[in-house]
Amino acid sequence: MTTAAAFPTGYDRATAPGDRIGALLAGTGTLIRFNLRRDRIRLPLWLAGITLTQVSGAASYPGIYPTAADRQSQAVVFGENPAMKAMTGPGYGLEDYTFGAMMSNEYLSMMVILGALMAVFMVVRHTRAEEETGRAELVRSSVVGRYAHLTAALTVTALASIMLGVLIAVGMGSLGIETVDWKGSCYFGAAYTVAALVFAAIAAVTVQITEYGRAASGIAGGLIGAAYVIRAIGDVAENGLSWLSPIGWVQASGPYVLDRAWPLLLGLAVAVVLVACGYALNARRDLGAGLRVGRGGAATASRSLGTPLGFAWRLQRSSVLWWSLVMVLAGLSYGAAVDVMQSYEDNEMIQKMVESIGGASLTEAWISMVIALLAIVCTVFAVIAALRPSREENAGRAESVLATGLSRTRWLACHLGIAMAGGALLLLLAGLGLGGGAAVISGDSELFWNVLGASVAYAPALWLTAAVAVAAYGLLPRATGLAWAVLGYAVFIVYFGGLLQLPAWTLNLSPYHHVPMMPVADFEPLPLVILAVIAAGLVAVGLVGFRRRDLRGA
Amino acid sequence: MKILIASGFMTTAISVSGLTKAFGRTVALNGLNMRVAAGEVHGFLGPNGAGKTTTIRVLLGLLRADRGEATVLGADPWADAVALHRRLAYVPGDVNLWPNLTGGEAIDLLGRLRGGLNQQRRAALIDRFDLDPTKKGRAYSKGNRQKVALVAALASDVEILLLDEPTAGLDPLMEAVFQDVIRAAKADGRTVLLSSHILAQVEKLCDTISIIRLGTIVQSGTLTELRHLTSTSVEAVTVRPAVDLGDLPGVHRLQIEGTTVRFAVDGAHLDGAIRVLSGFELRALTCQPPTLEELMLRHYGDELTANGITVNDETSESAISETSESDTATSAATSAATRGDVDGESGDPR
Repeated sequence: MTTAAAFPTGYDRATAPGDRIGALLAGTGTLIRFNLRRDRIRLPLWLAGITLTQVSGAASYPGIYPTAADRQSQAVVFGENPAMKAMTGPGYGLEDYTFGAMMSNEYLSMMVILGALMAVFMVVRHTRAEEETGRAELVRSSVVGRYAHLTAALTVTALASIMLGVLIAVGMGSLGIETVDWKGSCYFGAAYTVAALVFAAIAAVTVQITEYGRAASGIAGGLIGAAYVIRAIGDVAENGLSWLSPIGWVQASGPYVLDRAWPLLLGLAVAVVLVACGYALNARRDLGAGLRVGRGGAATASRSLGTPLGFAWRLQRSSVLWWSLVMVLAGLSYGAAVDVMQSYEDNEMIQKMVESIGGASLTEAWISMVIALLAIVCTVFAVIAALRPSREENAGRAESVLATGLSRTRWLACHLGIAMAGGALLLLLAGLGLGGGAAVISGDSELFWNVLGASVAYAPALWLTAAVAVAAYGLLPRATGLAWAVLGYAVFIVYFGGLLQLPAWTLNLSPYHHVPMMPVADFEPLPLVILAVIAAGLVAVGLVGFRRRDLRGA
Repeated sequence: MKILIASGFMTTAISVSGLTKAFGRTVALNGLNMRVAAGEVHGFLGPNGAGKTTTIRVLLGLLRADRGEATVLGADPWADAVALHRRLAYVPGDVNLWPNLTGGEAIDLLGRLRGGLNQQRRAALIDRFDLDPTKKGRAYSKGNRQKVALVAALASDVEILLLDEPTAGLDPLMEAVFQDVIRAAKADGRTVLLSSHILAQVEKLCDTISIIRLGTIVQSGTLTELRHLTSTSVEAVTVRPAVDLGDLPGVHRLQIEGTTVRFAVDGAHLDGAIRVLSGFELRALTCQPPTLEELMLRHYGDELTANGITVNDETSESAISETSESDTATSAATSAATRGDVDGESGDPR
């Protein structure tokens, strides 16, 4: 607290109040240009990614719901199924479910999260992350004021948020879809902007609290999640709880249905208050310090940390736990939406997709497709976990442990074990969530076991993809991106393989295509055994290759 | 004498012959030969990029040599890496810790993976190095990360310590602690290979020294042996002006100002020069042995001229005169810069 006292006295000597503010903000303009330059690739990617997802999603709706009856049958599901309400929002305009109302209801709550994440990462990257690396110290030692970093970061983020809103508004408005009018599109874009601004302001506070950029992003990201959950509970219970959530506010503006401005102004007002808090806290702390002093940890290692597997587990543990939680929730939310498919019985496009899977009911076809997608998401974890040794090596931490009695093979195999077992665990959890949710909603308990089995059957394909990563890591560390290519190809095949009627050999290139699509198809062990054998071969190649190559330096 | 015995009769801990390692087109090691006797502290000197770290990484089996042979404690470091690693400890030049593990956890982790830590020594070292073991890896400064690696290495009961510039981030107090600890390790009979930039540290700690240049050892031996190969700076005041010295063998850079005479003389001709000098009736005599800095500059002087010409006697001597004139306290960098200026001006030694 000495700093709090020292700061005003230091500046009291300044002659006029105008000079004081000028001194505190010195260099802000330069930093703004500098930040924009640093983000010259990242920011356009964020803006384009969010805008394209939103606008292309909206553009597909007239094809999926050609008639008013199609739309209204969808509205029935949203009105009756509390799980769908929890996922989307309060459901303005369900009684006359226009395309505009669909956008407001089905897109807004999820999509503004992306804009909020963009804003949080931007603020943290230009403030706390700069302090953590020590770069801010270098910059602040020149003619740069105390508030310059925060002001520049917030300015750039605000510009990005406004840009996002404009792009969304223009993109949506120019689609020319009936009821997706320009006025509503402006509110729709403004909702994006306000959500991003509120969470930018929250990040302006969290970066003052902790010493680490990752923790600041983590807290702000957790608050985004909390905002979503609070509005989910509030929307289902209809008890006004949603008014505590920034996501609830932007939804309350009801673009295309209500077109209300005041909930957005409420968000802006809260953002201003939070930014003021950020500045106040910024003034009370030293450069590089947090308000919360970092916790100390154990002075000695626990017994398990000294073993190779315990060590690998320690490094991957939190990742496994977070992914487990996410996969259960993802499975549950898809499972809870199982009855939505009933409304698509007459939908031509959906019928086409279902036909390509072949046989069985619409619901079963839909479930088997969701399982394939969830399996691919689980594989993302497996590949990240299998490439953890690569990150350890690049960071220069591998050489310390590999200069001890730990052999290369064992070190790599332990991380690999966690990737493979963890991936299978995630498949199980996703299956539990999806099967459980679907069984409860549909009242068909047999569905639970079918879904669980179908999900776990993807384990060999998951192992094979992770094994590609390991083989690349052992033989040619620069080529580890190959595993991501396999995964990207698999996504493409799952989505478009049937629709585009691609030749069989292109489908067969994806390991996921060989897994029987239960519950539609019957269980077949042979393809799974072959996938597992190939995976084992690739793992062996990776282990041998890694034993024979040079370790890269930091 | 002790040193001579050590290098003469004791068993070999590390031996390297004809070691070659290239990364693409860059040749990092080019037929390197080196021998470290068991129980000695061996200084490994050379500037950045000379191949010190590459050598150590080959000795750890982290890199595979293209050609040549390396033996550590009688074993092949590539083939027997794991068995060998239980008998040695390594401190990298750039210590990277796990952001989520505390320093204490990292020490235990590395120690246990190696096969166990001496708990008493662990506690004593943490105390001596004034290290807070409860901080997370990301919160440590460079010096503190190095302390973590040093404690982990020194608290293990190992036969060889491979230290790659282990004190680059330590303050002078901790440098003193480090020197104490290394002396204690030597007293326990351990072998230490110490790569370093800090010549004073090497002079204080090391029994023998190897100087590496462009991936080859250019000089190896005890400090005394190495000094003998270079010239000693002599400054004398005589009653009668010492005019005849210029013709003597091994005498260079003679300067006579009245009765004061300054010159450099090769180790082998020191005796003859002093005999002649005493003929002019000596009033005062100062002899300065070459410092390690001068030894280094002798081997690296040419790199500073940036034209790639092999070092010749004239240039190396101008380097020596620069350092001795400034009372030997000049740092390598300063004298290097000074010498660069001399060359840059005209190429003639003043």
